Amino acid sequence: MTGSRPFAPTDDDLSQCVRCGLCLEHCPTYAETRLETQSPRGRLYLIRAISDGVIEPTPNALGHLDSCLQCRNCEAVCPSGVPYGRIMEQARADALGRGAAPFSWRLRALFLREVIARPGRLRMFAAALRASQRVGLLSLAQRLRFVGTSATLAPRTRGQPFTDTGLIARPEGEERARVAMLSGCIMPLAYGDVHRATARVLARNGCAVSAPAAQGCCGALHAHNGDLDTARALARRNIDAFLNEAPDAIVVNSAGCAAAMKEYGDLLTGDAAYRDRAREMSALVKDVHEYLVGLPFEAPTETLDLSVTYQDPCHLAHAQRISAAPRQVLNAIPGLRLAEMEDADRCCGAAGVYSFTQAEMSIRLLDEKMLDALNTGADVIATANPGCLAQLEAGVRRGGGRARVRHVIELLDRAYSATGI
Amino acid sequence: MPLSGEISTASPLFDRARARLAPVAASLIKDLQSAIGVKHVLHAPEDLLVYEYDATIERGLPEAVVLPETTAEVAAAVRVAKRHGVPVTARGSGTGLSGGAIPCEGGIVIVTARMDRILKLDPANRLAVVQPGVINLDISKAAAPHGLYYAPDPSSQKACSIGGNVAQNAGGPHTLRYGSTVNHVLGLEIVTPDGDIVTLGGEALGAPGYDLTGLVVGSEGTLAIVTAVVVRLLPQAQATITLLAVFDEVRQASEAVSAIIAAGVLPAALEMIDGKTMQAVEPFVNAGYPPDADAALLIEVEGLEEETSEQAEAVRATCEVSGAREIRIGMSPDEREKLWAGRKGALGALGRLAPSYYILDGVVPRTRLPDVLSGVYEACERYDMPVANVFHAGDGNLHPNLMFDDRVPGAAERVLELGEEIMRLCVDAGGSITGEHGVGFEKRNYMSWIFSDDDLAVMARVKSAFGAEERFNPGKVFPSSKGCGEVSSRMKTAIAKIGPDAYV
Ligand SMILES: Cc1cc2nc3c(=O)[nH]c(=O)nc-3n(C[C@H](O)[C@H](O)[C@H](O)COP(=O)(O)OP(=O)(O)OC[C@H]3O[C@@H](n4cnc5c(N)ncnc54)[C@H](O)[C@@H]3O)c2cc1C
Ligand code: SF4
Ligand code: SF4
Repeated sequence: MTGSRPFAPTDDDLSQCVRCGLCLEHCPTYAETRLETQSPRGRLYLIRAISDGVIEPTPNALGHLDSCLQCRNCEAVCPSGVPYGRIMEQARADALGRGAAPFSWRLRALFLREVIARPGRLRMFAAALRASQRVGLLSLAQRLRFVGTSATLAPRTRGQPFTDTGLIARPEGEERARVAMLSGCIMPLAYGDVHRATARVLARNGCAVSAPAAQGCCGALHAHNGDLDTARALARRNIDAFLNEAPDAIVVNSAGCAAAMKEYGDLLTGDAAYRDRAREMSALVKDVHEYLVGLPFEAPTETLDLSVTYQDPCHLAHAQRISAAPRQVLNAIPGLRLAEMEDADRCCGAAGVYSFTQAEMSIRLLDEKMLDALNTGADVIATANPGCLAQLEAGVRRGGGRARVRHVIELLDRAYSATGI
Repeated sequence: MPLSGEISTASPLFDRARARLAPVAASLIKDLQSAIGVKHVLHAPEDLLVYEYDATIERGLPEAVVLPETTAEVAAAVRVAKRHGVPVTARGSGTGLSGGAIPCEGGIVIVTARMDRILKLDPANRLAVVQPGVINLDISKAAAPHGLYYAPDPSSQKACSIGGNVAQNAGGPHTLRYGSTVNHVLGLEIVTPDGDIVTLGGEALGAPGYDLTGLVVGSEGTLAIVTAVVVRLLPQAQATITLLAVFDEVRQASEAVSAIIAAGVLPAALEMIDGKTMQAVEPFVNAGYPPDADAALLIEVEGLEEETSEQAEAVRATCEVSGAREIRIGMSPDEREKLWAGRKGALGALGRLAPSYYILDGVVPRTRLPDVLSGVYEACERYDMPVANVFHAGDGNLHPNLMFDDRVPGAAERVLELGEEIMRLCVDAGGSITGEHGVGFEKRNYMSWIFSDDDLAVMARVKSAFGAEERFNPGKVFPSSKGCGEVSSRMKTAIAKIGPDAYV
């Protein structure tokens, strides 16, 4: 790597693409636009052209990179093994590093770094969001032309914030494992209930569950946006916080966070002081469904008379390649009928901050997703990532029927404890 | 070799591209915009750059790209091109393997990606009418609820367009039994180089008069732009069995190919995968290929329940006699898909072994397979070039994949030289220079190996009869010494005449 462009994608990674085109039809933005510039193959070609100095990183070219959802569907189907996720993160980091990125990118990076990565400020931000929901500011905002769609897609908080740290749950019977849980940044504020359900479910299955106090945001959003420095700093903080507890596993109920944490080893490969511990950490990280199925988990006995459709979070199905485990959890619930929707693993348009930065495309993808989801006639749309939860809830609010949106683990928790959803 | 992140001014891949990022005549863009709408005409350099490639190593930059939605829009764009005297190249999904969709002489590229509607599905008459941008596999998906499917199944079927299939007369594993695209197209709607919309053939078999449909199928975008296709649908087979036979030696496997046919079995598919390919594919698909085997045959038989198991048994016995060390049988759709996964993912997986590959496409009489294959391995060894073979053995349709690093100076030239030698082997064995990928740009100069000047003159007259001359996909199919993507003299004089300010 050269000093001036420390983040640029490597030539070896880029030359993996043989332009076979087999990824095209799996790409949501290509499916919508039918433009090669909005396809994996086209984006890789633009990245290489920028890297090689054939074209300048113009706003037009960067716009095509920015419209990528980083859903990594292309990576999952690419027979040639192109590490697309890594390449796109590095390409964005390179553009930011060279000062080529447009103002909106830099603003976004600033927000992620100065608000999302800082728990105090994030709590204030969330409080403001709650207040605005209460006094109806949000619905007002929705009527303004420029903020309209973004405001529709802003997450509504559900349940009390989750603020517990230390040992948060203990098994009633014999202790089978000691696990540490990631709290995250937005998740504990918006989906405190999901965290509490996760802790209960793990305890029910013999786990002593702790939430290390020193942990913080996983850095996924920063990495996706190309702010690799902040992502690395956050990764180092979490490595210290989690490895100090020497848990048997680090269990994560947010697909995006688990995917990023499983890649800490990659992210810190150039950091001699942390490299080995980063790999150790990554090896311990488990998606909550993956972990439960591996235990294996206790079959629930309460009946949930529900028809449920499952939306694969991209960073579970494509980045972590886990699609069977959450379905196994759902199928274990007595009475629950799993009604598969068409293209369940196609992105719902949430994609981290995408729903704000690319609201128009995000809504197009959401509307298609809702159509597929509601076609199944399901009572509940289940998924496994906070971004997807918020997006699908927004979809329901946009007039998508009466379906409720739930995390898979919330359903399992109900099936253990027999309270209605 | 440029290191990661450096601006690699030495990259051979992009040197030529940079030279070709020429400005474009404003009036051409304006006329196209008024013909089919501002939104669907691309002209910014960044937007054009991604239409300079297909799945080959050739490059050629267009001056404008249009994405029409209807036949009328295609015709309008063609008329604009005619008025401005610029060439037109049609493009489907850009998965072509002969450089066909690359605008070698600039001009307009018409992309059919937005023409992706199935216009009519007629199960009773077992046909469908589709726009050219419909993806091959989507036809079978739409027909499946009626127990029907579209038979030609190129390995790229998840991505390639039916228009591209028609232009290349695409085949696939099942061509052995069911024939290639030409056997499954009943009629076409085309736009001629003058911008006229013409219907060829129809919905019934055996239209009277000249078989112009058959003429346009396989014409590689040089005669007409296909804007709708009437395809034949076949009933799904009652029973299908897939067998995988593993051999210690390539020669045993290639002899088994002829033995199976000689035993009176006509498999639906008969594919060969060599050792190198299996090694490349295994980590990706976990097909369970033995690491030390030298070749495997993938054989599919289908038809009525009873006949199918009889055929499968005959195939199994023949393979055993030919020395197969292991035979696996897949009956359920899941098992069968698992056996196929390695074959379908093979080409892409080879991308893991080297930065670039060059895939050849030659045909030889089936009985000459063992000798020609030995010749291929021998030549590659001489060039010290790794090769993987995965191909339609039953058709004698070879696909040696040469693996190399396009960033090493001179590597691409050596690959082309070796490719030419292998093509010679095929022709000398009584075969031909393309089984299914077409002549395109890459193999146009081999045409004179099999056709006399008179033969080629007749083909040129057919092209003139369509009014195509140099307007539709110039630089393809016919022998020429001009390199792909050399800025044509027409472009140069146009730039000189109007001056740089006149460009958008
Ligand atoms: C991994 C892989 C596997 C493959 N396997 C096979 C295989 O098994 N069998 C096989 O035959 N091929 C195979 N191919 C080659 C390729 O997929 C076929 O040639 C396919 O038909 C090309 O379709 P396309 O839509 O990508 O066309 P393009 O590559 O976009 O274009 C190909 C040619 O068709 C012309 N064309 C496209 N659309 C039109 C139109 N509407 N009217 C007129 N001309 C048009 C173009 O000008 C060009 O000359 C494979 C390619 C890849 C990358
Ligand atoms: S990213 Fe992979 S699937 Fe897509 S064109 Fe490149 S090699 Fe093919
Ligand atoms: S990550 Fe998703 S949106 Fe981006 S190129 Fe790949 S498939 Fe398309």
